[in-house]
Amino acid sequence: MYGAVLSLVVWSVASLQITPGRFLSGLGYGYELIESMLPPETGSANTARLVDRMIETIAMAMVATVGGIAISLPVAFGAAGNLSPRPVYYLSRGIISVTRAIDGLIVAIIAVIALGFGPLAGIVAISFKTIGFFSKLFAEDLEDIDMGGVEAVRATGATRFQSVAYGVVPQVVPRFAGLAVYRWDINIRSSTIVGIVGAGGLGVLLQRAYQRYMYDYVATILIAIILVVLIAEFVSALVRRRVQ
Amino acid sequence: MLETENLGKTYSTGDEALRDVSVTIDGREVVAMIGPSGAGKSTFVRCINRLVEPTTGRVLLDDRELTGLDDDGLRNARRNIGMVFQEYNLVERLTVMENVLSGRLGYVSNWAALRRNFPPEDVERAYELLGLVGLDGMEDKRVDELSGGQRQRVGIARAVVQEPKIVLADEPTSSLDPETSRDVMDLLTDIAVDRDVPVLINIHEVDLAEKYADRIIGLHDGALVFDGPAADLTDESKGIIYRGDEPPKSGRPVGSSEPTDAGTTDRRADREPLPAED
Amino acid sequence: MAGTSPEWRRFDARERLFRIGSVVVAAAVVIGSWEWLDMSLQYVATAPTQVGDLLGRMYPPDIGYLPNTVGPLAETIQIAVVGTIGAVLIAAPVAYISAENTTPNRATYALGKVIVTVSRSVHTIVWALLFVVMFGPGALAGTVATAVRSIGFVGKLLGEEIEEIDFGQVEGVRASGASPFQLLVYGIVPQIKPALVGVSVYRWDINVRAATILGFVGAGGIGVQLFEAIDSFAWRTVSGILLAILGVVLVSEVVSAYARRKVR
Repeated sequence: MYGAVLSLVVWSVASLQITPGRFLSGLGYGYELIESMLPPETGSANTARLVDRMIETIAMAMVATVGGIAISLPVAFGAAGNLSPRPVYYLSRGIISVTRAIDGLIVAIIAVIALGFGPLAGIVAISFKTIGFFSKLFAEDLEDIDMGGVEAVRATGATRFQSVAYGVVPQVVPRFAGLAVYRWDINIRSSTIVGIVGAGGLGVLLQRAYQRYMYDYVATILIAIILVVLIAEFVSALVRRRVQ
Repeated sequence: MLETENLGKTYSTGDEALRDVSVTIDGREVVAMIGPSGAGKSTFVRCINRLVEPTTGRVLLDDRELTGLDDDGLRNARRNIGMVFQEYNLVERLTVMENVLSGRLGYVSNWAALRRNFPPEDVERAYELLGLVGLDGMEDKRVDELSGGQRQRVGIARAVVQEPKIVLADEPTSSLDPETSRDVMDLLTDIAVDRDVPVLINIHEVDLAEKYADRIIGLHDGALVFDGPAADLTDESKGIIYRGDEPPKSGRPVGSSEPTDAGTTDRRADREPLPAED
Repeated sequence: MAGTSPEWRRFDARERLFRIGSVVVAAAVVIGSWEWLDMSLQYVATAPTQVGDLLGRMYPPDIGYLPNTVGPLAETIQIAVVGTIGAVLIAAPVAYISAENTTPNRATYALGKVIVTVSRSVHTIVWALLFVVMFGPGALAGTVATAVRSIGFVGKLLGEEIEEIDFGQVEGVRASGASPFQLLVYGIVPQIKPALVGVSVYRWDINVRAATILGFVGAGGIGVQLFEAIDSFAWRTVSGILLAILGVVLVSEVVSAYARRKVR
């Protein structure tokens, strides 16, 4: 085991040709980079643009979370082994695997090509990534429910819909709320960067500033990204503590 | 009137849980079904409302065949069968009233169910039943705040609010202490008399069965081996039910008043039944 | 008491008002977001067709291209391996100072938290942008970006693990007159070793996925090929590469799950 890991590491380091010289000279450029980032840009036009994109970032995350969860719900029920027939189960698990494996930025690039630049492509990409995450975790919660109540409701002559509404839903509501907020937090993070490939939000500004070598503005945008992410994380932790 | 004809169930694992069970339950009788664990008692009860799909035989409720009904037909039929469960099978995060009213789900639309909008008569009946089972004023408590005995009372109220033509109880006392068990059995037998419906209780405590039931059905290894008045349950018949002792030569389930071929398969004559120890 | 009131409502008036209010506010936020984004409905309506059209052009995947992906896929895995190791090496002291029970003082504690937060809040691709400026295009920038991005994750989880350790064992070692370094090696490391291995392997798995996109900013890995194919509209090559990525990601997930089960 240790031998295998060690040889993997040696092989990797050797192939990547990372030498101390290259590394150190890079650090020298790093010093220059940091110098050109300071002080961060605070001009009013650029700040206004920044605020605009911040709101766009949050709005994209909102729409993508709601849209993504709406699509995730049937997939999650389909992927819950105790509630769904076998063929639907395997199909749903397949959808989850594929949506999880492809990185969000790759999805965003493809969405930009199909739908053009702008927030719509970002929303589609973030919704797509929401499916894999949300369906997988929510399906696990659905599989953990107590089936006794569901059986009893079914035995009274309730319809399938009513059995779910009375037997299943009450058991998973808190977990659903917690997961939704957690995913919203992750979606805000994604929403800050999909713009790098043209899919709207703060990333668009970052990409432009970077290409024009406006490193001081890059610094401002990075601070804005960190702020947005921190606030989202704080709100998400707060809400999750309340619902669970 | 509930009839089962040659009801059988073989699980996909190949396990033959129930074979050729034919019984008729009618009037306001309290029927206790006894037998060792794994005898098929739970399977039998669940085959009646097809929570478990029987593989052979028929189930008839008031001469209407339940086996072979499509989904809608089955749902309508289930409204007439109240069921009480061993682990109560309540939805713990719902209130007492929501659980009781879920017994009326077969009569309301999906939309009304979602909005918890039940007809006033249903609500009135639910309040009345909560009084009957001794849960006055508890309607807005969440079920996970209740004790086991209280939960089973909610379960009974949910079954009775259906206004069923028969009540099935699957080991209703085995998660309860002895005193609460007797309260629950009292309730179930009162229901048979007050509501004029038969109650089929599957139970493993023989003393409770003898004390409360009018009639006893014994299952062994999926087959009907005893069917008769509680008074007729002898030590010998207990031996047959619980240890699979060979029945006497008559060739019919002990105590059975009508001919049936259940329990006669694989019969070897001339073996003395062992004395019962239950 | 029974039958006194056939009126029964699941929620009283105030609860109902609150519930309806919450739904209205949530709907308003989502609708407001949609309005703000000002997306042409025409685009939205044709989106499924557009996406379907693109997927149609991707079929069937160009299987013949797969041999060309072996080298870049290997590089992707290498970036993940070296990036993860670099991250663990830096994250260990960061975890030490960001755990309440081992940090020397409040200033180091705050520093630890800041490092963890900044590292975690900035996406790999953004770190890669910065490191391409420093190190030039290539796998080195990608490796450093992967490492820096992972410090926060590994540092946070390890720090939480250190906060959980049994301090009695540490005191035992200290009582024998051990130096601070010996204290670390004998008192703390053995207790967090399973978590260390588990977190590292888990992060490696995540990094394999993350390293597939580094090529977009020229920071090495399979992404270089992928984005070249996208730029030249070679859609069947794109889907072939995506399949290869899918395969590698699934395999690394299995390996990671297996390794984590073994150390537990």
